[in-house]
Amino acid sequence: MHITALPFAVPLMAAALLVAVRHWSPRLVNDAVAAGVGVAVVAMLGILLARSIHAPIAYWMGGWRPSHSVTIGISFSIDPIGAGMAAFCAVLVTSALVYSWRYFEGADGLFHALMLIFMAAMVGFCLTGDVFNLVVFFELMGAVAYALTAYKIEERGPIQGAINFAISNSVGAYAIFVGIGLLYARTGALNMAQIGAALDGHHADALVIVAMALIFIGFLTKAAVIPVHFWLADAHAVAPTPVCVLFSGVMVELGIYAIARLYWTVFAGPLAAHAEELRAILIAFGTATALWGAVMCFAQRHIKRLLAFSTISHMGMFLCGIGLLSAHALAGVAVYVVGHGLTKGALFMLCGVLLHRFGTIDEQDLHGRGRILRFAGVLFAIGGLLLAAIPAVTVFFGKSLLDGAALEGRYPWLPAVFVISSMFTGGAVLRVAGGVFAGWGRPWAGGAAEQVAPAREEYDEEGISRDRTPPLMIIVPAVLLAAAILIGLIPGAVPGIERAASHFHDHAAYVGWVLRGGRPGFAPAATTHVEAYDYLYAAGATIGALALAGLALFGRPLRRRLPAMLLRPLVAAVGGLRELHSGHIGDYIAWWTAGAALLGGSSLMLLT
Amino acid sequence: MSFLPFAVAAWLFVAGLYGVVSSRNLIRTILSLTVVQSATYVLLLGVGYRHGGRAPIFADIPQVSTAVDPVVQVLVLVDIVVEATVTALLLALAVQAHKRFGSLDPNDLRTLRD
Repeated sequence: MHITALPFAVPLMAAALLVAVRHWSPRLVNDAVAAGVGVAVVAMLGILLARSIHAPIAYWMGGWRPSHSVTIGISFSIDPIGAGMAAFCAVLVTSALVYSWRYFEGADGLFHALMLIFMAAMVGFCLTGDVFNLVVFFELMGAVAYALTAYKIEERGPIQGAINFAISNSVGAYAIFVGIGLLYARTGALNMAQIGAALDGHHADALVIVAMALIFIGFLTKAAVIPVHFWLADAHAVAPTPVCVLFSGVMVELGIYAIARLYWTVFAGPLAAHAEELRAILIAFGTATALWGAVMCFAQRHIKRLLAFSTISHMGMFLCGIGLLSAHALAGVAVYVVGHGLTKGALFMLCGVLLHRFGTIDEQDLHGRGRILRFAGVLFAIGGLLLAAIPAVTVFFGKSLLDGAALEGRYPWLPAVFVISSMFTGGAVLRVAGGVFAGWGRPWAGGAAEQVAPAREEYDEEGISRDRTPPLMIIVPAVLLAAAILIGLIPGAVPGIERAASHFHDHAAYVGWVLRGGRPGFAPAATTHVEAYDYLYAAGATIGALALAGLALFGRPLRRRLPAMLLRPLVAAVGGLRELHSGHIGDYIAWWTAGAALLGGSSLMLLT
Repeated sequence: MSFLPFAVAAWLFVAGLYGVVSSRNLIRTILSLTVVQSATYVLLLGVGYRHGGRAPIFADIPQVSTAVDPVVQVLVLVDIVVEATVTALLLALAVQAHKRFGSLDPNDLRTLRD
C-alpha cells in the first residue's frame, strides 16, 4: 500500500474539514482532530523514514514513472534526511498544537486549519523531488506563515511584522521562480535528478551560475541569512507563541535544507571544479550571520526578539556547515538542527508561559517576577545551557561533527566562530533565566526603549495576568528539552544520521535511484568520533556563556570601571547595527537587493 | 532566440524592487511586488516560446506545426494563483494597517524597530 503521499494529503483534507464545520464544532473537537492528525502524520512519516533507511523511495504521482530516464511526472523522492526532516516538522507541529490547547482562549477551527496546512506544506517541501513543487510548497508554507503571524489581526505589531515577512519572503520566492525558469530553459526538466543529470559533465556557465545565485538568495531569505534576515526578528517578535515554535524550530531551517538538497542534486556536477570558491562564498555569508546574530541577540530586551536573533546566529552556523560541502558537516548540521529546534521550541513555549502569566515579554519589566514560576525557570536555564552546546547533549554531537569537518576542510578558524555564537546565544538566555526567573542582579537597562511598547502590547486582548499556568504549557517544553538532551545519546542515532548524510550527498546515486529505480549502491560511509578538543570547545562555550550572563547580571561595577575609550565605540557599533533593523519594508528590500547583488556578483566572479 | 523577453523580465524585476524600496504607500508597495512577480511570467513564457509555434492544443487538430511549450504556461498559471493569494492577504493587512496606524506610509509603521 502506498502511504507516500498521505502525510501531505491528510492534513490538507483535515484542514478543509475543520474550516467547513468551524461554526458548529466545539473547541475540544478542533483540538482533538488537529492533534490526532498530527500524531497520524508523525506515525506515517516514521514508517516512511524506516522504509527509506532500507532503500530510498521514488514515488511518482499518478504512476507517471520516468521512461528511459526521462521524467514526465512529479515525484516524491524520499531519502532518510528528507523523511527525517519531514518527521521532525510534524513532531514540532504536533507539540505546538498540544501546547496551544490552553494557550488561546478564543481560537476557533481556523487556527488549527492553518497549522495543519503549514504542516502539509513543510512535509511536502521535505519530500518532493521536483523543483517546481519545491517552490510551490515554499509559497504555500509562506502564505500560511504570513497569515499565522498576523493571527492577532487587531494589534499593530502583528500587522507590521506580517507585512515585512510577506514582502521579504515573496521577493525571495520570485527570485527562486526566475532561477528555476532559467534552469528549465537550459535543461527542459523540473525534476531535480533530471536537471542534475542534464547538467552533469558540463562546465557551469553564466546562466547556470545566475540561476544558482537566484535560487540560493531566495532560500537564504527564508533561512534569514544577513543581509536578507531582517524580516525574521519582526515576525518572531509578534507571531503567536505556538507559531514561533515552528518558525524558529523548523521553518527557517528548511531554507538551509533546500540549499543543501539543490546543491547536491543539481549543482554538484557542473560546479565540481569550483567547489572551493563556492565554499568560501557560503562560509563568508554564514560567518557574518553567525556573528551578527550573536551580538544582536545579546543586545535585546524583548525576550522573543532575543530568541529570534539567536535563531539567526544558529542559521549562520548551519550555513557554514552546509557551505563546507562535505558529508560530515551535513550530518553535523542535521544533528544540530534537531537539537536546536527542540531547544528553541521549548524556550519559545516558556516565553508563552511568561506572556500568559504577566502579559509582557520585556526582560526589564519581568525582572524577578518569574520567581514564582520555579520549574519554568529551571527549564529556561537548561535551554540556555543547551544552546551553549554543553558536552554530551544532542547539539554537542552536531557541533563536534561540524568542528571535525571544518578542520578537515581547511577552515580551522570556524570552530571559534561556532564557540562565539554558542557563547552569546546561550549567555543571553542564561541572563534572562537569572534575571527574570531568579531575580539576580538589577534590572538590565540595556536595549532600546522602542522595543518596550510592542513587548507590552502583545497580550492586551487576552487579559492582563493570570494566577496559574496550565500544566500542559510546562509539560510540553519539558518533554522537548528532555528530547533535546537525549536524542544524541540514543545508540546509533548519530552514526545513522552520518550514514544518511553520506547518502544524501551522493550525487550520482541520487540521479540513479530517482530516474532508474532500484536499490542504489552507496559508497560506505565513514563515521567519526568525538575528539578531546570537542570537549574543550564545548567547555569554553559553556564557561563563556556563564561568564557573559554573569557579567550582564552582576557586572555593573566592573562595566563602570571600563575606560570610556573602550566602551564608547563598542556601544556605538552595536547601536549602529540596531539602527539597521528599522522595521521599514523599503529598507529591508534595499538590503535584499544588495544581498542578491553580492551573492550573484561574487558567484559570477569566482565560479565561472 | 530573442533576448528581448529576458531583458524585459530583468527590467520588471528591478523596477518592481525599486518600487518596493521607494514606496511611501503600502498599496503601491504591494502593487510593486506584483510587478516583481510579473517578471517571472514574462521569463517563463519567453522560455517556452517557439518561433511559429501554435497554442499547445492537441485535440481535434492535425498535429503538423510546432507548438509552444505548455509546461511553462502551467507554471505561470500556478504562479498567478499564488500571487492572487499573497496579494489578497497583503491587501487585507494593508487595510488593517490603515485602521490601526491611521496611515499607509511605511514610515509611520513604527511598532517594530530595534
